Amino acid sequence: MKRYFIHRLLLLLPTLLGALTLVFLLVHLIPGDPVDVMLGETASAADKEELRRSLGFDRPLAEQYRSFFAGLAFGNLGRSLYEQQSVAMIIGARLPATLQLALCAMLVAVLTSFLLATLAAKKRGGWIDRSALLFSLLGLSLPNFWLGPLLMILFSIQLGWLPVSGRGGVTHLVLPSFTLGLGMAAILTRILRAGLLQAAREDYVQTARAKGLSEKQVWLKHVLRNALLSVATVMSLQFGSLLTGSLITETIFSWPGLGRLTIQAIQTRDYPLVQGCVLVIATSYVLINFVTDILYKLIDPRITYAR
Amino acid sequence: MPGKLWLSAGIAMLTLFALSALFAPLLAPQDPLRQNLDEDLVSYSVEHPLGTDKLGRDILSRTIYGARISLIVGCATVALSVTIGFALGSLSGYFGGWVDQSLMRLVDILMAFPGILLAIAFTAVLGPGLDHVVLALCLIGWTTYARLVRGEILALREREFIHAARALGCRPTRIILRHLLPNLLPPLLIQATFGLAAAIVAEGSLSFLGLGVEPPTPSWGSMLNDGRQFLLVAPHLTSYPGLALMLTVLALNLVGDALQDRLNSRNR
Repeated sequence: MKRYFIHRLLLLLPTLLGALTLVFLLVHLIPGDPVDVMLGETASAADKEELRRSLGFDRPLAEQYRSFFAGLAFGNLGRSLYEQQSVAMIIGARLPATLQLALCAMLVAVLTSFLLATLAAKKRGGWIDRSALLFSLLGLSLPNFWLGPLLMILFSIQLGWLPVSGRGGVTHLVLPSFTLGLGMAAILTRILRAGLLQAAREDYVQTARAKGLSEKQVWLKHVLRNALLSVATVMSLQFGSLLTGSLITETIFSWPGLGRLTIQAIQTRDYPLVQGCVLVIATSYVLINFVTDILYKLIDPRITYAR
Repeated sequence: MPGKLWLSAGIAMLTLFALSALFAPLLAPQDPLRQNLDEDLVSYSVEHPLGTDKLGRDILSRTIYGARISLIVGCATVALSVTIGFALGSLSGYFGGWVDQSLMRLVDILMAFPGILLAIAFTAVLGPGLDHVVLALCLIGWTTYARLVRGEILALREREFIHAARALGCRPTRIILRHLLPNLLPPLLIQATFGLAAAIVAEGSLSFLGLGVEPPTPSWGSMLNDGRQFLLVAPHLTSYPGLALMLTVLALNLVGDALQDRLNSRNR
């Protein structure tokens, strides 16, 4: 386990370094003078010079790279161009909303997929199984930027059951969580159904039945528990995708989280804020993947570090 | 539904989509850019069977032309990603050693970065445009193909027919292109089918966020974004481009699944 952890950690460091370098290079990729792009051509020369100096663009690239990492070490992500606040503070204020939405979307995905996949696997070939397969196929094909407006039309505008947008009580969470979680539910249903069918064919399941265990006990203790391994990794990896999926879902439902903040920062060309948001999302994604690998090893000690 | 039927249904839908994209000027009843402010937000008329948008532009014509953008972006992204992925993946798999180690670490780093986030950040920095979208999607898109090709080549390179080709004095380029490539085509084709679906959705996402193709060029994602402001009065603005996008992705997933099943049953 220790060796596996060290190997994964050694892989994590260059990955994080690479991801952070990519984020650093983002602003430097702007064609022409980045300050012109941020302030517009009509800004005065003095304003441009001031911004250039405050962002450190007047220094050599290598020095900017060093100070970027030095700043990160102290949690300094720079200052927003328009909000007169540090980027870290703005992001810190929005992060809880995104985490709340991602967790609720995950809950929707897990509940839906477990219910559908278990019913489908128990009645293989029946109408529930076919419906589950159709659901997973449609869920994978429905982009969330269409699903969101569709749900809005039906449940908010036509039926008036749920609020159209914004963050408030539990009712505000329903539509964004379904929009964000449906794709994940489709993937999990497919994988869990296959895992359950595979586990149900194993010898130890036949042995459990032969021992006289009830069908419920066989499914709960032997089939479902072993099939869970197949979805554990996917679930954690998908949680990372939920963070990136929030970019669109939060924009559709005016959810005041990190995703919407990123898009707003892009629209206002607040590049220090864009850089900060991308950095936080990308780092979380990489760290979630790392934790997933470690947890997976803990769940299943048979996993080895393969070269 | 049996696999054959899924495959036929997927191919039929894809053919319809490709024909709409290719023959858009012949099929579209009107110019997709022609504005008519006297006929804005019409939900149905004989002249506009799918209605019009806020500028009086014909939704049917714009949806047909939107297929073109999706097809161009999807095919260009997949073609470029497959080419880069094949070239680097075969170098990595065939030669091994430090070439393999360095390329695969690069792939690990890029794959650890959320693809759509990088594409959004990249197009936000470079500005919207078809070429920027394709480049942004290829930045990470090639890594899947590189890993696939490397894996397949690692499995194939010790087979007798490759040893025989080496013994006959074939150069590595010839071995890769003449002997390995034909064996790589089936898995590459399956991955490309799913890649095409992913690229079409990603282009839609970028256009939806205003980072894809520039207006007034019709794209399904930008049509959905425009229609979002009129959900209450004109839900048809989002229905048709959304349906077209979903059916196209569904068709690609159906074909990809069916091809994968065939390949798996052949290898069993």
